[in-house]
Amino acid sequence: MNQFINKNLYGDYGDKEQAGGAEGSNHNTAAEWPLWEVFIRSKAGLDHKHVGSLHAADAEMAIENARDVYTRRLEGISIWVVESKYIHASDPATADSMYEPANDKVYRHPTFYNLPDELTHM
Amino acid sequence: MTVHSFQQHFDEKIDNDVAIEPRDWMPDDYRKTLIRQISQHAHSEIVGMLPEGNWITRAPSLRRKAVLLAKVQDEGGHGLYLYSAAETLGITRDEMYDQLHTGKAKYSSIFNYPTLTWADMGAIGWLVDGAAIMNQVPLCRTSYGPYARAMVRVCKEESFHQRQGYEIMMALANGTDVQKKLAQDALNRWWWPSIMMFGPPDDNSPNTAQSMRWRIKRFTNDELRQKFIDVTVEQAKLIGLTIPDPDLKWNEERGHYDYGTIDWNEFWDVVKGNGPCNKERLETRKKAWEEGAWVRDAALAYSKKRKARKENKKDNLAA
Ligand SMILES: [Fe+2]
Ligand SMILES: [Fe+2]
Repeated sequence: MNQFINKNLYGDYGDKEQAGGAEGSNHNTAAEWPLWEVFIRSKAGLDHKHVGSLHAADAEMAIENARDVYTRRLEGISIWVVESKYIHASDPATADSMYEPANDKVYRHPTFYNLPDELTHM
Repeated sequence: MTVHSFQQHFDEKIDNDVAIEPRDWMPDDYRKTLIRQISQHAHSEIVGMLPEGNWITRAPSLRRKAVLLAKVQDEGGHGLYLYSAAETLGITRDEMYDQLHTGKAKYSSIFNYPTLTWADMGAIGWLVDGAAIMNQVPLCRTSYGPYARAMVRVCKEESFHQRQGYEIMMALANGTDVQKKLAQDALNRWWWPSIMMFGPPDDNSPNTAQSMRWRIKRFTNDELRQKFIDVTVEQAKLIGLTIPDPDLKWNEERGHYDYGTIDWNEFWDVVKGNGPCNKERLETRKKAWEEGAWVRDAALAYSKKRKARKENKKDNLAA
Protein backbone atom coordinates (compact mmCIF):
# COMPACT_ATOMS: atom_id res chain seq x y z
CA MET A 1 0.00 0.00 0.00
CA ASN A 2 1.31 3.44 -0.85
CA GLN A 3 1.22 5.54 2.30
CA PHE A 4 1.43 9.27 2.58
CA ILE A 5 4.02 9.94 5.26
CA ASN A 6 5.37 13.19 6.66
CA LYS A 7 8.73 13.00 8.36
CA ASN A 8 8.27 14.73 11.67
CA LEU A 9 10.61 17.63 12.24
CA TYR A 10 8.60 19.72 14.62
CA GLY A 11 7.07 18.67 17.94
CA ASP A 12 5.52 15.26 17.95
CA TYR A 13 3.64 16.08 14.79
CA GLY A 14 5.01 17.11 11.44
CA ASP A 15 4.77 20.67 10.31
CA LYS A 16 3.16 19.56 7.11
CA GLU A 17 4.23 22.41 4.85
CA GLN A 18 7.79 22.32 6.09
CA ALA A 19 8.33 18.61 6.39
CA GLY A 20 7.43 17.54 2.90
CA GLY A 21 6.18 13.98 2.50
CA ALA A 22 8.53 11.06 2.15
CA GLU A 23 6.37 9.62 -0.61
CA GLY A 24 4.46 12.18 -2.63
CA SER A 25 2.90 15.10 -0.83
CA ASN A 26 -0.12 16.33 -2.71
CA HIS A 27 -2.57 15.10 -0.10
CA ASN A 28 -4.84 17.99 0.76
CA THR A 29 -5.38 18.58 4.47
CA ALA A 30 -6.98 22.02 4.19
CA ALA A 31 -10.40 20.69 5.24
CA GLU A 32 -9.09 18.90 8.33
CA TRP A 33 -9.83 20.42 11.70
CA PRO A 34 -6.64 21.45 13.49
CA LEU A 35 -4.99 19.01 15.89
CA TRP A 36 -4.94 19.78 19.63
CA GLU A 37 -2.93 18.31 22.48
CA VAL A 38 -4.93 17.59 25.62
CA PHE A 39 -3.67 17.95 29.21
CA ILE A 40 -5.74 16.89 32.20
CA ARG A 41 -5.54 17.60 35.91
CA SER A 42 -6.86 14.47 37.57
CA LYS A 43 -7.45 16.11 40.95
CA ALA A 44 -6.77 19.36 42.76
CA GLY A 45 -3.15 19.62 43.80
CA LEU A 46 -1.74 17.70 40.83
CA ASP A 47 -0.20 18.95 37.58
CA HIS A 48 -1.97 18.79 34.25
CA LYS A 49 -0.64 15.77 32.38
CA HIS A 50 -0.57 15.09 28.65
CA VAL A 51 -3.18 12.45 27.81
CA GLY A 52 -3.44 12.51 24.03
CA SER A 53 -4.75 14.58 21.16
CA LEU A 54 -7.81 15.22 19.04
CA HIS A 55 -9.10 17.31 16.16
CA ALA A 56 -11.43 20.26 16.72
CA ALA A 57 -12.40 23.43 14.87
CA ASP A 58 -11.57 25.70 17.81
CA ALA A 59 -10.44 25.68 21.44
CA GLU A 60 -13.94 25.52 22.84
CA MET A 61 -14.79 22.45 20.79
CA ALA A 62 -11.43 20.91 21.66
CA ILE A 63 -12.24 21.19 25.37
CA GLU A 64 -15.71 19.71 24.92
CA ASN A 65 -14.38 16.85 22.82
CA ALA A 66 -11.61 16.25 25.35
CA ARG A 67 -14.25 15.97 28.06
CA ASP A 68 -16.14 13.39 25.99
CA VAL A 69 -13.17 11.20 25.12
CA TYR A 70 -10.71 11.63 27.97
CA THR A 71 -12.89 12.10 31.08
CA ARG A 72 -15.74 9.61 30.66
CA ARG A 73 -14.80 7.96 33.96
CA LEU A 74 -14.08 10.96 36.20
CA GLU A 75 -10.44 11.12 35.08
CA GLY A 76 -10.24 14.87 35.40
CA ILE A 77 -11.37 18.13 36.97
CA SER A 78 -9.58 20.51 34.63
CA ILE A 79 -8.61 20.43 30.95
CA TRP A 80 -5.97 22.34 28.99
CA VAL A 81 -5.80 22.21 25.22
CA VAL A 82 -3.15 23.66 22.96
CA GLU A 83 -2.93 23.48 19.21
CA SER A 84 -0.28 20.90 18.38
CA LYS A 85 1.56 23.21 16.01
CA TYR A 86 2.48 25.46 18.93
CA ILE A 87 4.39 22.72 20.76
CA HIS A 88 8.14 23.15 20.43
CA ALA A 89 10.24 20.13 21.24
CA SER A 90 13.90 19.34 21.78
CA ASP A 91 15.56 17.16 19.19
CA PRO A 92 16.07 13.53 20.31
CA ALA A 93 19.00 13.21 17.87
CA THR A 94 20.99 15.70 19.97
CA ALA A 95 19.90 14.28 23.33
CA ASP A 96 23.44 13.11 24.20
CA SER A 97 25.01 16.57 24.05
CA MET A 98 21.86 18.30 25.29
CA TYR A 99 21.82 16.49 28.62
CA GLU A 100 25.57 15.95 28.89
CA PRO A 101 26.14 18.76 31.43
CA ALA A 102 24.26 16.76 34.09
CA ASN A 103 26.28 13.59 33.53
CA ASP A 104 29.28 14.35 35.78
CA LYS A 105 27.53 16.15 38.63
CA VAL A 106 26.62 13.35 41.00
CA TYR A 107 27.31 15.75 43.86
CA ARG A 108 23.88 17.22 43.18
CA HIS A 109 22.37 14.11 44.78
CA PRO A 110 22.17 13.65 48.56
CA THR A 111 23.57 10.09 48.32
CA PHE A 112 26.91 11.52 47.12
CA TYR A 113 27.84 12.49 50.70
CA ASN A 114 29.21 9.78 52.96
CA LEU A 115 28.27 10.64 56.52
CA PRO A 116 28.35 8.59 59.77
CA ASP A 117 25.42 6.23 60.42
CA GLU A 118 24.92 7.74 63.90
CA LEU A 119 23.93 11.04 62.33
CA THR A 120 20.14 11.54 62.59
CA HIS A 121 17.53 13.98 61.43
CA MET A 122 19.37 14.75 58.19
CA MET B 1 25.37 9.74 12.65
CA THR B 2 25.39 7.45 9.63
CA VAL B 3 22.33 5.46 8.63
CA HIS B 4 24.06 2.40 10.04
CA SER B 5 24.46 3.89 13.47
CA PHE B 6 20.86 5.16 13.46
CA GLN B 7 19.78 1.58 12.80
CA GLN B 8 22.10 0.29 15.51
CA HIS B 9 20.78 2.78 18.02
CA PHE B 10 17.21 1.76 17.16
CA ASP B 11 18.00 -1.96 17.48
CA GLU B 12 19.60 -1.41 20.88
CA LYS B 13 16.49 0.34 22.13
CA ILE B 14 14.26 -2.47 20.87
CA ASP B 15 16.51 -5.09 22.51
CA ASN B 16 16.53 -3.25 25.82
CA ASP B 17 12.80 -2.63 25.99
CA VAL B 18 13.23 1.12 25.57
CA ALA B 19 10.22 2.80 23.96
CA ILE B 20 10.44 4.42 20.53
CA GLU B 21 8.90 7.90 20.52
CA PRO B 22 7.52 9.87 17.55
CA ARG B 23 10.55 12.03 16.86
CA ASP B 24 13.10 9.22 17.27
CA TRP B 25 14.71 7.79 14.18
CA MET B 26 13.02 4.58 13.06
CA PRO B 27 13.33 2.36 9.97
CA ASP B 28 10.80 3.16 7.23
CA ASP B 29 9.40 -0.37 7.37
CA TYR B 30 8.78 -0.10 11.09
CA ARG B 31 6.91 3.18 10.51
CA LYS B 32 4.85 1.73 7.67
CA THR B 33 4.02 -1.48 9.47
CA LEU B 34 2.92 0.46 12.53
CA ILE B 35 0.76 2.81 10.48
CA ARG B 36 -0.91 -0.18 8.88
CA GLN B 37 -1.43 -2.01 12.16
CA ILE B 38 -2.60 0.97 14.23
CA SER B 39 -4.91 2.38 11.55
CA GLN B 40 -6.48 -1.03 10.90
CA HIS B 41 -7.04 -1.31 14.60
CA ALA B 42 -8.62 2.17 14.67
CA HIS B 43 -10.88 1.31 11.72
CA SER B 44 -11.99 -1.84 13.56
CA GLU B 45 -13.05 0.17 16.60
CA ILE B 46 -15.06 2.58 14.45
CA VAL B 47 -16.70 0.01 12.17
CA GLY B 48 -17.23 -2.11 15.30
CA MET B 49 -19.72 0.47 16.53
CA LEU B 50 -22.14 -0.45 13.74
CA PRO B 51 -23.27 -4.01 14.60
CA GLU B 52 -24.04 -2.98 18.19
CA GLY B 53 -25.42 0.42 17.28
CA ASN B 54 -28.06 -1.61 15.48
CA TRP B 55 -29.55 -2.68 18.84
CA ILE B 56 -29.37 0.48 20.96
CA THR B 57 -32.93 1.53 20.26
CA ARG B 58 -34.20 -2.01 20.82
CA ALA B 59 -32.42 -2.85 24.08
CA PRO B 60 -34.82 -4.73 26.39
CA SER B 61 -34.52 -2.31 29.35
CA LEU B 62 -33.33 1.18 30.16
CA ARG B 63 -30.36 -0.28 32.05
CA ARG B 64 -29.28 -2.41 29.09
CA LYS B 65 -29.72 0.56 26.79
CA ALA B 66 -27.57 2.88 28.92
CA VAL B 67 -24.88 0.21 29.15
CA LEU B 68 -24.84 -0.52 25.42
CA LEU B 69 -24.76 3.17 24.62
CA ALA B 70 -21.77 3.64 26.96
CA LYS B 71 -19.97 0.70 25.39
CA VAL B 72 -20.47 1.92 21.84
CA GLN B 73 -19.33 5.39 22.88
CA ASP B 74 -16.18 3.83 24.36
CA GLU B 75 -15.43 2.15 21.02
CA GLY B 76 -15.61 5.55 19.32
CA GLY B 77 -13.08 6.79 21.87
CA HIS B 78 -10.82 3.80 21.19
CA GLY B 79 -10.86 4.66 17.51
CA LEU B 80 -9.83 8.21 18.36
CA TYR B 81 -6.93 7.18 20.65
CA LEU B 82 -5.61 4.90 17.93
CA TYR B 83 -6.01 7.34 15.04
CA SER B 84 -4.13 9.89 17.14
CA ALA B 85 -1.32 7.41 17.78
CA ALA B 86 -1.07 6.70 14.05
CA GLU B 87 -0.98 10.43 13.30
CA THR B 88 2.22 10.79 15.34
CA LEU B 89 3.84 8.63 12.65
CA GLY B 90 3.12 11.27 10.02
CA ILE B 91 -0.07 10.11 8.32
CA THR B 92 -3.10 12.42 8.42
CA ARG B 93 -6.54 11.50 9.71
CA ASP B 94 -8.19 12.20 6.37
CA GLU B 95 -5.71 9.98 4.59
CA MET B 96 -6.60 7.11 6.91
CA TYR B 97 -10.32 7.64 6.39
CA ASP B 98 -9.68 7.69 2.69
CA GLN B 99 -7.89 4.34 2.86
CA LEU B 100 -10.83 2.88 4.77
CA HIS B 101 -13.48 4.28 2.45
CA THR B 102 -11.72 3.18 -0.73
CA GLY B 103 -11.20 -0.32 0.64
CA LYS B 104 -7.40 0.04 0.65
CA ALA B 105 -7.28 -0.46 4.42
CA LYS B 106 -8.89 -3.39 6.20
CA TYR B 107 -10.69 -3.69 9.50
CA SER B 108 -11.44 -6.75 11.60
CA SER B 109 -13.61 -9.19 9.63
CA ILE B 110 -15.72 -10.00 12.66
CA PHE B 111 -17.73 -6.82 12.08
CA ASN B 112 -18.91 -8.08 8.71
CA TYR B 113 -21.29 -10.49 10.42
CA PRO B 114 -24.89 -9.42 11.15
CA THR B 115 -26.44 -8.94 14.61
CA LEU B 116 -29.71 -10.83 14.31
CA THR B 117 -31.02 -10.98 17.89
CA TRP B 118 -30.52 -9.28 21.24
CA ALA B 119 -28.43 -12.28 22.33
CA ASP B 120 -25.84 -11.18 19.79
CA MET B 121 -25.10 -8.18 22.05
CA GLY B 122 -24.20 -10.70 24.75
CA ALA B 123 -22.10 -12.84 22.43
CA ILE B 124 -20.22 -9.85 21.02
CA GLY B 125 -19.34 -8.42 24.42
CA TRP B 126 -18.31 -11.79 25.79
CA LEU B 127 -16.51 -13.25 22.78
CA VAL B 128 -15.53 -10.41 20.46
CA ASP B 129 -14.45 -7.99 23.17
CA GLY B 130 -12.96 -10.95 25.04
CA ALA B 131 -10.82 -11.86 22.03
CA ALA B 132 -9.92 -8.21 21.52
CA ILE B 133 -8.73 -7.97 25.14
CA MET B 134 -6.56 -11.08 24.68
CA ASN B 135 -4.99 -9.37 21.67
CA GLN B 136 -4.66 -5.96 23.26
CA VAL B 137 -3.29 -6.59 26.73
CA PRO B 138 0.19 -7.60 25.44
CA LEU B 139 0.17 -4.49 23.21
CA CYS B 140 0.22 -2.28 26.31
CA ARG B 141 3.96 -3.11 26.29
CA THR B 142 4.49 -2.63 22.58
CA SER B 143 7.64 -0.78 21.47
CA TYR B 144 6.02 2.34 20.03
CA GLY B 145 5.25 4.75 22.90
CA PRO B 146 2.06 6.44 21.66
CA TYR B 147 0.59 3.06 20.62
CA ALA B 148 1.37 1.49 23.99
CA ARG B 149 -0.15 4.43 25.86
CA ALA B 150 -3.30 4.27 23.72
CA MET B 151 -3.59 0.55 24.44
CA VAL B 152 -3.32 1.08 28.21
CA ARG B 153 -6.27 3.44 28.02
CA VAL B 154 -8.23 1.06 25.76
CA CYS B 155 -7.61 -1.97 27.97
CA LYS B 156 -8.75 -0.13 31.08
CA GLU B 157 -12.10 0.59 29.41
CA GLU B 158 -12.43 -2.76 27.68
CA SER B 159 -13.03 -4.98 30.69
CA PHE B 160 -16.53 -3.72 31.39
CA HIS B 161 -17.40 -4.49 27.77
CA GLN B 162 -16.74 -8.16 28.23
CA ARG B 163 -18.42 -8.33 31.60
CA GLN B 164 -21.63 -6.67 30.40
CA GLY B 165 -21.74 -9.12 27.48
CA TYR B 166 -21.30 -12.12 29.71
CA GLU B 167 -24.00 -10.76 32.00
CA ILE B 168 -26.43 -10.59 29.06
CA MET B 169 -25.61 -14.20 28.13
CA MET B 170 -25.97 -15.30 31.74
CA ALA B 171 -29.39 -13.69 32.06
CA LEU B 172 -30.59 -15.35 28.85
CA ALA B 173 -29.08 -18.72 29.74
CA ASN B 174 -30.96 -18.65 33.05
CA GLY B 175 -34.19 -17.51 31.41
CA THR B 176 -37.04 -19.22 29.57
CA ASP B 177 -36.46 -21.97 27.02
CA VAL B 178 -36.74 -19.45 24.22
CA GLN B 179 -34.19 -17.14 25.85
CA LYS B 180 -31.81 -20.01 26.42
CA LYS B 181 -32.15 -20.98 22.77
CA LEU B 182 -31.36 -17.41 21.72
CA ALA B 183 -28.18 -17.46 23.79
CA GLN B 184 -27.02 -20.80 22.38
CA ASP B 185 -27.83 -19.70 18.83
CA ALA B 186 -25.76 -16.54 19.26
CA LEU B 187 -22.84 -18.55 20.63
CA ASN B 188 -23.14 -20.95 17.67
CA ARG B 189 -22.91 -18.12 15.15
CA TRP B 190 -20.17 -16.07 16.85
CA TRP B 191 -17.83 -18.79 18.09
CA TRP B 192 -15.92 -19.56 14.90
CA PRO B 193 -15.64 -15.98 13.65
CA SER B 194 -14.39 -15.01 17.14
CA ILE B 195 -11.53 -17.48 17.18
CA MET B 196 -10.66 -16.41 13.64
CA MET B 197 -10.14 -12.89 15.02
CA PHE B 198 -6.61 -13.88 16.06
CA GLY B 199 -5.68 -14.15 12.40
CA PRO B 200 -4.31 -16.94 10.21
CA PRO B 201 -2.39 -19.83 11.78
CA ASP B 202 1.29 -19.23 12.53
CA ASP B 203 2.58 -21.23 9.57
CA ASN B 204 0.60 -18.91 7.29
CA SER B 205 1.49 -15.61 8.94
CA PRO B 206 4.68 -14.45 7.23
CA ASN B 207 5.07 -11.10 9.04
CA THR B 208 4.86 -12.47 12.56
CA ALA B 209 8.62 -12.93 13.06
CA GLN B 210 9.50 -9.36 12.09
CA SER B 211 6.65 -7.93 14.17
CA MET B 212 7.73 -9.95 17.20
CA ARG B 213 11.31 -8.73 16.69
CA TRP B 214 10.03 -5.14 16.71
CA ARG B 215 7.82 -5.83 19.73
CA ILE B 216 4.70 -4.62 17.94
CA LYS B 217 3.36 -8.12 18.41
CA ARG B 218 4.20 -10.09 21.55
CA PHE B 219 2.52 -13.47 21.06
CA THR B 220 1.75 -15.43 17.91
CA ASN B 221 -1.80 -15.78 16.55
CA ASP B 222 -2.05 -19.43 17.59
CA GLU B 223 -0.75 -18.76 21.11
CA LEU B 224 -3.39 -16.10 21.70
CA ARG B 225 -6.13 -18.21 20.11
CA GLN B 226 -5.30 -21.14 22.38
CA LYS B 227 -5.32 -18.93 25.44
CA PHE B 228 -8.72 -17.52 24.47
CA ILE B 229 -10.23 -20.96 23.86
CA ASP B 230 -8.93 -22.32 27.15
CA VAL B 231 -10.55 -19.60 29.25
CA THR B 232 -13.75 -19.25 27.22
CA VAL B 233 -14.67 -22.94 27.33
CA GLU B 234 -14.80 -22.76 31.11
CA GLN B 235 -16.88 -19.58 31.00
CA ALA B 236 -19.43 -21.28 28.71
CA LYS B 237 -19.71 -24.23 31.07
CA LEU B 238 -20.47 -21.91 33.95
CA ILE B 239 -23.71 -20.77 32.32
CA GLY B 240 -24.61 -24.08 30.74
CA LEU B 241 -23.92 -23.19 27.10
CA THR B 242 -22.22 -25.50 24.62
CA ILE B 243 -19.29 -24.48 22.39
CA PRO B 244 -20.27 -25.52 18.84
CA ASP B 245 -17.19 -27.66 18.21
CA PRO B 246 -17.56 -31.47 18.43
CA ASP B 247 -13.78 -31.89 18.40
CA LEU B 248 -13.24 -29.74 21.45
CA LYS B 249 -11.47 -31.86 24.06
CA TRP B 250 -9.17 -31.28 27.02
CA ASN B 251 -5.66 -32.50 26.24
CA GLU B 252 -4.04 -33.51 29.51
CA GLU B 253 -0.58 -33.75 27.98
CA ARG B 254 -0.61 -30.29 26.41
CA GLY B 255 -2.52 -28.72 29.27
CA HIS B 256 -4.79 -27.08 26.66
CA TYR B 257 -8.03 -27.74 24.83
CA ASP B 258 -7.72 -29.33 21.39
CA TYR B 259 -10.13 -27.80 18.93
CA GLY B 260 -11.59 -28.57 15.51
CA THR B 261 -10.38 -27.38 12.13
CA ILE B 262 -11.04 -23.72 11.40
CA ASP B 263 -12.59 -22.95 8.03
CA TRP B 264 -9.96 -20.53 6.72
CA ASN B 265 -11.71 -20.34 3.36
CA GLU B 266 -14.55 -18.55 5.09
CA PHE B 267 -12.06 -16.20 6.77
CA TRP B 268 -10.31 -15.23 3.53
CA ASP B 269 -13.62 -14.90 1.77
CA VAL B 270 -14.83 -12.32 4.31
CA VAL B 271 -11.46 -10.53 4.21
CA LYS B 272 -11.83 -10.26 0.44
CA GLY B 273 -15.14 -8.50 0.87
CA ASN B 274 -17.66 -11.32 0.51
CA GLY B 275 -18.91 -11.49 4.10
CA PRO B 276 -22.60 -10.98 4.80
CA CYS B 277 -22.23 -7.29 5.72
CA ASN B 278 -18.99 -5.97 4.13
CA LYS B 279 -20.81 -3.75 1.69
CA GLU B 280 -23.33 -2.44 4.17
CA ARG B 281 -20.68 -1.55 6.77
CA LEU B 282 -18.49 0.36 4.35
CA GLU B 283 -21.43 2.17 2.81
CA THR B 284 -22.66 3.25 6.24
CA ARG B 285 -19.23 4.66 7.08
CA LYS B 286 -18.93 6.47 3.76
CA LYS B 287 -22.40 7.90 4.06
CA ALA B 288 -21.69 9.23 7.56
CA TRP B 289 -18.46 10.82 6.32
CA GLU B 290 -19.94 12.38 3.21
CA GLU B 291 -23.14 13.60 4.81
CA GLY B 292 -21.18 15.09 7.69
CA ALA B 293 -18.95 17.15 5.39
CA TRP B 294 -21.09 20.27 5.67
CA VAL B 295 -20.91 20.12 9.47
CA ARG B 296 -17.11 19.96 9.40
CA ASP B 297 -16.92 22.81 6.90
CA ALA B 298 -19.40 24.93 8.83
CA ALA B 299 -17.53 24.49 12.12
CA LEU B 300 -14.29 25.53 10.49
CA ALA B 301 -15.88 28.55 8.79
CA TYR B 302 -17.53 29.58 12.07
CA SER B 303 -14.26 29.41 14.01
CA LYS B 304 -12.48 31.46 11.33
CA LYS B 305 -15.20 34.06 11.41
CA ARG B 306 -15.09 34.31 15.18
CA LYS B 307 -11.33 34.65 15.15
CA ALA B 308 -11.51 37.43 12.56
CA ARG B 309 -14.15 39.25 14.54
CA LYS B 310 -12.03 39.08 17.69
CA GLU B 311 -9.03 40.48 15.85
CA ASN B 312 -11.14 43.28 14.38
CA LYS B 313 -12.28 44.26 17.83
CA LYS B 314 -8.69 44.37 19.07
CA ASP B 315 -7.70 46.58 16.13
CA ASN B 316 -10.57 48.95 16.81
CA LEU B 317 -9.63 49.25 20.44
CA ALA B 318 -6.04 49.98 19.52
CA ALA B 319 -7.00 52.65 17.02
FE1 LIG C 1 -12.59 -1.21 21.80
FE1 LIG D 1 -14.85 -3.07 23.43
